[in-house]
Amino acid sequence: MAFIPHTEADVKEMLAAIGVKSIEQLFEEIPANLRVKSLAGVPDALNEMQIGRLMSERARMDGRPLNFIGAGAYEHHIPAAVWAITTRGEFYSAYTPYQAEASQGTLQLLYEYQTMIASLTGLAVSNASLYDGASALAEASLMAVRANRKSKSQRILVPTTIHPNYRKVAAATAAGQGLRFEEVPFVSHGRVSIESLAQYDGQDITAIALQQPNFFGALEDVDAITDWARARNIFVIAIVNPISLALLKPPGEWGGGGVDIAIGEGQPLGVPLSCGGPYFGFITTRMEHVRQMPGRIVGRTVDLSGKQGFTLTLQAREQHIRRAKATSNICTNQGLLVTAATIYMSIMGPQGLERVAAASHARTRELIAALTRIKGVRAAFEGPHFHEAVLLLDRPVAPVLQMLASGGILGGLDLSGDYPELGNALLVCATETKTSADIDSYANALSDAMKAARAA
Amino acid sequence: MSNVPADLKYTQSHEWVRGLPDGTVEIGITDHAQHALGDLVFVDVPEAGRKVTVGEACAVVESVKAASDVYSPVAGEVIAGNPDLAGKPETINEDPFGRGWLMRVRPSSTVTGLLSAKEYEAVLAEEGA
Repeated sequence: MAFIPHTEADVKEMLAAIGVKSIEQLFEEIPANLRVKSLAGVPDALNEMQIGRLMSERARMDGRPLNFIGAGAYEHHIPAAVWAITTRGEFYSAYTPYQAEASQGTLQLLYEYQTMIASLTGLAVSNASLYDGASALAEASLMAVRANRKSKSQRILVPTTIHPNYRKVAAATAAGQGLRFEEVPFVSHGRVSIESLAQYDGQDITAIALQQPNFFGALEDVDAITDWARARNIFVIAIVNPISLALLKPPGEWGGGGVDIAIGEGQPLGVPLSCGGPYFGFITTRMEHVRQMPGRIVGRTVDLSGKQGFTLTLQAREQHIRRAKATSNICTNQGLLVTAATIYMSIMGPQGLERVAAASHARTRELIAALTRIKGVRAAFEGPHFHEAVLLLDRPVAPVLQMLASGGILGGLDLSGDYPELGNALLVCATETKTSADIDSYANALSDAMKAARAA
Repeated sequence: MSNVPADLKYTQSHEWVRGLPDGTVEIGITDHAQHALGDLVFVDVPEAGRKVTVGEACAVVESVKAASDVYSPVAGEVIAGNPDLAGKPETINEDPFGRGWLMRVRPSSTVTGLLSAKEYEAVLAEEGA
């Protein structure tokens, strides 16, 4: 793309053309008292030399901790080819290009992405991605309200085994449109029990969201709950980890008929941990609901001479055509991260993904076995897990984590803030990136930290 | 010139209304409307039992060019949406005043304010159709 600078003469010419004296005059409509002179807490601008120095000083402060935190964002090995290809000039953009059909390569990549995600989740259609997993739950809930015509209540059941941030983001995003998110507490074993759903029998419920593996890493009885919901005309929104789908049953096959909508966080597919983002969300659904699905969808077609081509499709749902009645204000996608994820999936292939999932599961079992041998540490919940689990300590978690951190180990997520009812609960995760030596290091450090905590 | 059957009533927004012997009315979009939209690819009709008011958006017709609302010309209760349109939206293009009907409504009061075929033809003439 050409770089076209505005010279002072260009600016003058443009201002003259519209009959304005200065750029400042264009903003005169904004009253002086509404204008921001400077932002509180944001320092003055630095020049290139100063910012370069600041950033290299900050970079030196970065540790290389041994990480056992998962909780929605996961450390996986990313083959070097993934970002080497993603950052090539042809791909290196965050956006679906304007005049999208002029960029056939980008559209083809998005089409391949959609195909892979649809195949992983076992559902017919995928869009070209959403912003992240949490906002995907909000979009899926709004979509369920539009698509479930048998329900008028706009009530969405959200078991507390769903990631707390997802529940908060969904409520913050969709509550203004009248959706009511009702929390279903888990009773025991860190899972939703079908008995606890009986209280909703005979009520008008629009949808239930169900996370698999859930926030505690535990496997829910997704077949029974899906069947329960579908028998009552309640939509099922699956929240899934894409890596886990290499081993677990895809949501399209849950229960007798599969779920209505599947969403999730795409970060585990080739996107590095990076201070919480940017990550990307995915959403897939049954063909019958495709017109209620938000966002961009790329389709495959043929041109006038019968050659294959790719195009944005079903755009009549979108804002630029449907205005206020669009299915969503989402009319873009996370292009760059989806590019990385597509390349990651194509390099790994189904077998590679399965090996990552199986290794992560095995490492987590090894980790739990090693940690629960320590005095004062036990597993919170019995039953199958994927690559995360909750441990209960006989002392407060925060000081123990602090001691571990001082030794370069991120020991997990302290759950006492979001789940005070669990007591001294710690959520830990091990992926294929952890070796037996890493797990030993963690176990030794935790053992020391627990001893120190008892002595204090 | 579009086809404008003389025995139907019309709206400014290009819906037609046919009074049925049992007191209910059949509603659809006009030949002019289907022509302006182009090939229809999806139609969303209301569920039976839904209460509608005059001017309420109660159905969506989507073509390759645009998705447009259909506004109810009468107030009342929806008796049926046309079940055949979900699988065959092109029926509206083929037979807008017949098999392409969208919904049947039982009016809650006397139907007023609709245009005669002549008046609707005048609307079309004004729009340059």
